[in-house]
Amino acid sequence: MKKLNSLAIGLAVVTFAAGWYLGGSNDALTITSSAGGKSYAGGYVDEQATETASNRAVKLRTTEGKTHVVNPGDLIQAAVELAQPGDTIQVMPGTYSETVYIDKDDIHLLGVIVEGERATLDGLKTLNDAILYSGNNIIIENFKIIDYKGNGIMSQAGNNFEIRNNLIIDTGIYGIFPQLGKNGLIEHNVVSGIADAAIYVGMSDNIHVAYNEVFDSVAGIEIENSRHAIVEHNHTHHNTGGILAFITPGLPVKDTYDVIIRNNFIMDNNTPNFGAPGSTVAGIPAGTGILIMAADDVVVEGNIISNHKTAGILITDHGNADNLTLDPESDPNADGAMILDNVMLNNGYDTIDAVRAFALTELHTGDIDIFQIGPTEGSCIINRHRYKTVGIGDFTDCDFTNTNDIENYLLAGGAEPRVIHPSERGEIAYLGVCTGCHAYAGRLIGPSVQEIQALYANRPEALVQYINAPTPMRTDYPEMPAQNYLDAETQLAVANYILQVGN
Amino acid sequence: MGKALLYNCQNGAWISAWGVLYTGLLLVSSTFATEPDIQLRDTCPPSFSLSDDNRCSLRHMYQLYDSLQDSGIGGLKTALPKARDGFSPQQIDLGRLLFFDPILSADNSLSCATCHNPKQGFSDAMGRSVGIGGHVQSRSAPTLWNSTFLSSFFWDARASSFEEQALGPLFSPHEMGNTPEQLMASLNSAAAYKGLFKQAFPNQKTPLSINNVIASLTAFQSSLVSLNSRYDQYAHGYHQALNDNEIAGLNVFRSFVARCSQCHTPPLFTNQQVAVIGTPEPEGLARDVGAEQTFNSKVLRGGFKVPTLRNIAQTAPYMHSGRFKTLREAAEFYTGGRGHAVPKGEDLLLHWHISEPNLTSNEIDQLVDFMKTLSDESFTPATPKQAPSGLPFKHMENAHEKT
Repeated sequence: MKKLNSLAIGLAVVTFAAGWYLGGSNDALTITSSAGGKSYAGGYVDEQATETASNRAVKLRTTEGKTHVVNPGDLIQAAVELAQPGDTIQVMPGTYSETVYIDKDDIHLLGVIVEGERATLDGLKTLNDAILYSGNNIIIENFKIIDYKGNGIMSQAGNNFEIRNNLIIDTGIYGIFPQLGKNGLIEHNVVSGIADAAIYVGMSDNIHVAYNEVFDSVAGIEIENSRHAIVEHNHTHHNTGGILAFITPGLPVKDTYDVIIRNNFIMDNNTPNFGAPGSTVAGIPAGTGILIMAADDVVVEGNIISNHKTAGILITDHGNADNLTLDPESDPNADGAMILDNVMLNNGYDTIDAVRAFALTELHTGDIDIFQIGPTEGSCIINRHRYKTVGIGDFTDCDFTNTNDIENYLLAGGAEPRVIHPSERGEIAYLGVCTGCHAYAGRLIGPSVQEIQALYANRPEALVQYINAPTPMRTDYPEMPAQNYLDAETQLAVANYILQVGN
Repeated sequence: MGKALLYNCQNGAWISAWGVLYTGLLLVSSTFATEPDIQLRDTCPPSFSLSDDNRCSLRHMYQLYDSLQDSGIGGLKTALPKARDGFSPQQIDLGRLLFFDPILSADNSLSCATCHNPKQGFSDAMGRSVGIGGHVQSRSAPTLWNSTFLSSFFWDARASSFEEQALGPLFSPHEMGNTPEQLMASLNSAAAYKGLFKQAFPNQKTPLSINNVIASLTAFQSSLVSLNSRYDQYAHGYHQALNDNEIAGLNVFRSFVARCSQCHTPPLFTNQQVAVIGTPEPEGLARDVGAEQTFNSKVLRGGFKVPTLRNIAQTAPYMHSGRFKTLREAAEFYTGGRGHAVPKGEDLLLHWHISEPNLTSNEIDQLVDFMKTLSDESFTPATPKQAPSGLPFKHMENAHEKT
């Protein structure tokens, strides 16, 4: 393949999977057209996969709640506290210095842009994070976020989210960091100057990262310990590494698989690594376009990957990476890497010693587009002759040429919350909360359930009223604390349950 | 708010019921020690549902939610890891009697409760617990609260089930010092136990066995559930359950500056992984290699399982060997700088979340305030009035610096 001449590339518009003989050469060169042919089928065997893909992660509201308008001088958090699920918060242009946290579902937090002027969250280099959320169905749009110490936008366990059109500059560790969530869309954000990853998807499923510009950070876009993720149409430049898909060992969710990295512009990611000592990204060699570490079933397609001094695409197992902890539950190998057509220019021109040394074992000197090290199974590539490669001898020819059948992995219906039947809810609350003080028969701290049943027979609403605001009824019993922290649905469910429970 | 607080102070509910029951039994059977007539409970402990086939299944509010990949970790409204349950009420109750009975130790000097005292957060207020013959252990006694959700046990993660765990202290020459043979002999000679094991394992040919001792202890430990703290009320959606300072503490806790929640992940407040954080040992003590030994791996040198923070205010002192007396000192460790307490020449691969958060003194106070909201002992089981063996109890409350 090293003898490949430019003429061959000129002739590459050929029929799908046809073999060509180059005049005078004995090499039979297979040139594969990605314009046609079979598509990658995706990593889904889930029933949800058969649902139609959506281009939104948050379902459109059928009815809009209240709109709360926040003006400069107000606290955004005050509006969050007033807001009920279904409400929208509009934040007018101006500067706000606070940490906004949303522990509610279905809140749309929207900055309002007026003639280019944005609602700006300014952490003044003293505040920790700009926006934290744990609720489902959260939208965060149009903010400018600067000078926080922790993260720009972070979630733990929010499902169905959209983080869109935010400008995040120099906010510390991560620009956008959804974690432990399912079904999320991160698009049209511009993120820069981040000491770890500009966009970091951690331990999440069904994620779409598109049309973002990320630069001047250590890692551009990271997909870590996550599944069913697509990273497409992003521009990632002047980071230490462009786009990463990997497994960090030692986390409670153990794998990364089914990731598609396609149609991105990945350029000039040669910034010296300024990651914190000990952080996983501190090990990324400057000048890495795409890094795949221990992740399985990663498709790389249609990207322009140019000007990376270490390698265009670096694929490694855990064994060849430094400073990782031991995790017997994580598979350390990068299996099922799938390299489809990419445009790769000027990569690996000044690579690191470890890569150069391994390349030499294959008698490879000079530039490197694709570098693979460590055991790998089921990996494949098309048109391998186009690239300067090391370590892909075991790669087969892929039996598909594109990912056209997969629009995205978002769930059309959203990741739905658990469906709980009211009787089940009642039982859970009764046993999980009430039985500490009430036994079915006989006095515990409070009166027996039998007594309560006699008192409130067929009157669950009255019982709800009582548990919400108990008034002393028996002088020889301690006063019951209000159970008003249970939501109305749970209160009614538990009242109904108590009134019919036996033993 | 005030009333919500009150609820969590009422830790005596379950205790008083048991007390009543046992007082009653003692009255009708004054010759208790020689002619035992203990009826094991036929109802499940709080938070458990009794099935038709006489098994107790756990019910708790977090069953209203899911978690990603069923990992049992996440944010506020997230499912817990799968619990160990399905034991009979009698097995749970027998486990409770065994748990408090010093007959389990070789010289009758300790019971499980000696080091896992329910009045001290199922720990013992000591940096390093003391076993048989005054043997000082190398590590502290972890709380048993919510251990039903765990998949690895001991500070160094060397056991993967309650059953495997129980063999450790029972038969370690430095802990309870027993042997299977001697334990069987002691239980067989204590008249009460034959009948009790028969009640708990009615269909077995030889109900009194080591396996059933272990099974009963497992059953009892699986019933120790603490999920009704003020934090939990907040998590389920009642935001008034925490005051502004505590919420500020929650936000420091989950911020990516402090990063506490990255390992002490809700809702269990542990991600159950091993982490090397580089805490100092108490003065004069050699480095505890921790999980290096379990996994025979240098990179886990000084690594310990991330402990749950539920009821953490009850279990001072802190860290694997009790170096920190108070919650505040423990929290402060994390802002001292990456590796600040690692001695020269000690090569530890510190966890990536051990960083330089530079928390303010006020933020550390807020973290402590937040951690105190994780307390809930409303389902504390009662101490039996008397051990079935007739031996005197051996669980004293040790003095400790309360946080």
